[in-house]
Amino acid sequence: MSNSTQSRDATRQVAERTMKRVNASLRKRYRAERRFRMYGILSVMLGIGFLAVLLIDIAGKGYTAFLQTYIELEVYFDPQVIAPDGALDEETLRMANYNSLIRESLAYLFPGATSRSDRRALGALVSNSAPFQLQQMVMENPGLIGQTARVTLLASADADMVMKGMISRRVPEAERRLSDMQIAWLDTLEDRGRVEKHFNKAFFTHGDSRDPEQAGIWGAIKGSFYMLAVTLVLSFPIGIGAAVYLEEFAPRNRWTDLIEVNINNLAAVPSIVFGLLGLAVFINFFGMPRSAPFVGGLVLTVMTLPTVIISSRAALTSVPPSIREAALGMGASKMQTTFHHVVPLAMPGMLTGTIIGMARALGESAPLLMIGMVAFIVDVPKGLFDPSTALPVQIYLWADAPERAFVERTSAAIIVLLAFLILMNSLAIYLRRKFERRW
Amino acid sequence: MIRKVLAAAAVATLVASGSVGAQAARDYIFIVGSSTVYPFATVVAENFGRSTSFKTPKIESTGSGGGLKLFCAGVGVEHPDITNSSRRIKDTEVKTCAENGVTNVVEIKVGYDGIVMANDKSAPTFNLSRRDIYLALAKKVPNPKEPSATGVASMVDNPYKTWKDVNPELPNLKIEVLGPPPTSGTRDAFAELAMEGGCKDFEWIKELKGQDKSAYKAVCHTVREDGAYIEAGENDNLIVQKLQANPDALGVFGFSFLDQNGDKIKGNPIDGFVPTFDDIADGSYPVSRPLFFYVKAAHAGVIPGIPQYLAEFTSEKAWGPDGYLADRGLIPMPKEEREQFARAAKDLTPLKLAAN
Repeated sequence: MSNSTQSRDATRQVAERTMKRVNASLRKRYRAERRFRMYGILSVMLGIGFLAVLLIDIAGKGYTAFLQTYIELEVYFDPQVIAPDGALDEETLRMANYNSLIRESLAYLFPGATSRSDRRALGALVSNSAPFQLQQMVMENPGLIGQTARVTLLASADADMVMKGMISRRVPEAERRLSDMQIAWLDTLEDRGRVEKHFNKAFFTHGDSRDPEQAGIWGAIKGSFYMLAVTLVLSFPIGIGAAVYLEEFAPRNRWTDLIEVNINNLAAVPSIVFGLLGLAVFINFFGMPRSAPFVGGLVLTVMTLPTVIISSRAALTSVPPSIREAALGMGASKMQTTFHHVVPLAMPGMLTGTIIGMARALGESAPLLMIGMVAFIVDVPKGLFDPSTALPVQIYLWADAPERAFVERTSAAIIVLLAFLILMNSLAIYLRRKFERRW
Repeated sequence: MIRKVLAAAAVATLVASGSVGAQAARDYIFIVGSSTVYPFATVVAENFGRSTSFKTPKIESTGSGGGLKLFCAGVGVEHPDITNSSRRIKDTEVKTCAENGVTNVVEIKVGYDGIVMANDKSAPTFNLSRRDIYLALAKKVPNPKEPSATGVASMVDNPYKTWKDVNPELPNLKIEVLGPPPTSGTRDAFAELAMEGGCKDFEWIKELKGQDKSAYKAVCHTVREDGAYIEAGENDNLIVQKLQANPDALGVFGFSFLDQNGDKIKGNPIDGFVPTFDDIADGSYPVSRPLFFYVKAAHAGVIPGIPQYLAEFTSEKAWGPDGYLADRGLIPMPKEEREQFARAAKDLTPLKLAAN
């Protein structure tokens, strides 16, 4: 009797002691947890902070590039200048001196500018592309000759920079790209409502140019598009084929282990190495042309394949064995089981992996350096073998250009690239959410 | 689904095999080479593409050495027609060219490029001499404590910390120079023209040139590595931005970047001459180098437009004193030189190997 009371007391004492110790340490443990949460929040905030600085910097520098200064002029399409001998054949219209039409029109607005250098300075307000714009208008509609039309012409990059405040008016004249007189002319034009800022259509429709006001990213976007198309067409079937074979059919032995190690290894190889491989194999050995999106696509395929294979294998592993067993139990062959049941169920995961691989390929520039895609290419590529650049490469090229107006264009191109990346990554998340199955 | 995927892969393979055919008929000029000449060559290419019925040439920015390597790899449509270079072709390169069948090479000098030492507008002006530049930036310098000592063994690790240490007339600021890395042609030219120019100021080093050329080069061209010279990457825009953020630093880059950013930075005088367009053009500013391009004469009749491209590049409206290349910061050559090279471009006068 007393024995059991004693032992009960002892138990209670032990319990109390334990409670005491627990209570004493409880606050400490809560504190540790709160501290850990704080560290976590701090890390997240720091990450967001860096991202915000980057985005704000790029957006702040780049948003002005989406507007472009235009100058409206009344141009008299003087038959004496365009076709002095009256013949209106194509060659005459192509070679005519359209620049003098613009100079005439500007001289009419500013009769004070008479010396040769003044007229030259006046002409520098309008883009070098303006004569070609008039040329195109006349070649499309020869009826314009002899008439006066109000034409909206691109302003030169320097004029554009002054209008956007990127070139300060306060610094001494000798240190500016535009003289006091040129700025005064520009202001007069603005007062008369002839200087306007419109949406910068050229930025989205032109290829590269050395005149910032005409430089666009369309050539680069199309180059990137062709490359990604090649990458997708090749890496998706090859990657999924490899993953299905390795996961569902291949025997487990030393060879498949070796292959697996190699695939994981390749996923971590720096991308420039794939560029060197592309140069050695596709260009030097197979003799494919440099700067072609097709070769770029091949290189990016080799680069994204490991990513696609690894994520596809993960998607296949996550399909529960019960599905396979049920199908086999119903008499399906291994092939039927795999392609009727397992692969469709793993497809969302495979797609997500592929899209993420594609997004990586879109942002890649290092391997493209080796295969000649860092090039000045004005003509927008029309096919897989036309020389072209890619978006990240275009950004790299513009970032190194001396002209001031390329600074904002570089940032604007980065904004476009980021927009594409966000689009692709959100598509991956959407697909995953929509088709995800929980077992 | 699977059939479709297989079909797509088959199509891709077919297209791939067609690639060789696509290349057999290249109808655009293919140019490679120096990133310093790139901004000028691209402007010419664009104007050429617009004003003629030929396609706009493709210009790859590979660096002078990389460009010459590609250029000398052989004759044929898969090889470039023209290579730009910010230095003259080397003997070894001429030899490689010849070994690969590229024997008829035309050399065209296009103009000059000044290399400037610039700093922020708010910073004091440095009245530099080439000797100052050498003393401030070389890895090893003659011992300032023993001015009479000669010989490579007597040289010490660069002891100068501030510009005032180098030359009492210079501002009392820490030596901090942002410049291109060794892979850059601008760096080579800077070492050769600015540092070597100052190095030669020492009589015994000058004599060393005749005795031991490689030791002479090592003494004059090696840049210090203790943090006073900061390699800022190949991007000159970045150097301009860093100079604004740090008014105590000097930056080394091509004249065209100074020309475009004259409202933010200023070029410092070297040996008494400020880097202006005129002073570089007449040769009084000491740190300027010629720019070239090389043409494969064998391609002139094969790839359409090469004579016309050369004519555009060598026309007065392009490389003349009032031409559009001068607007971009290229320093034009004197009239006689322009005429000489325009003739060479027209007649495709081959490069004389003996001239090297």
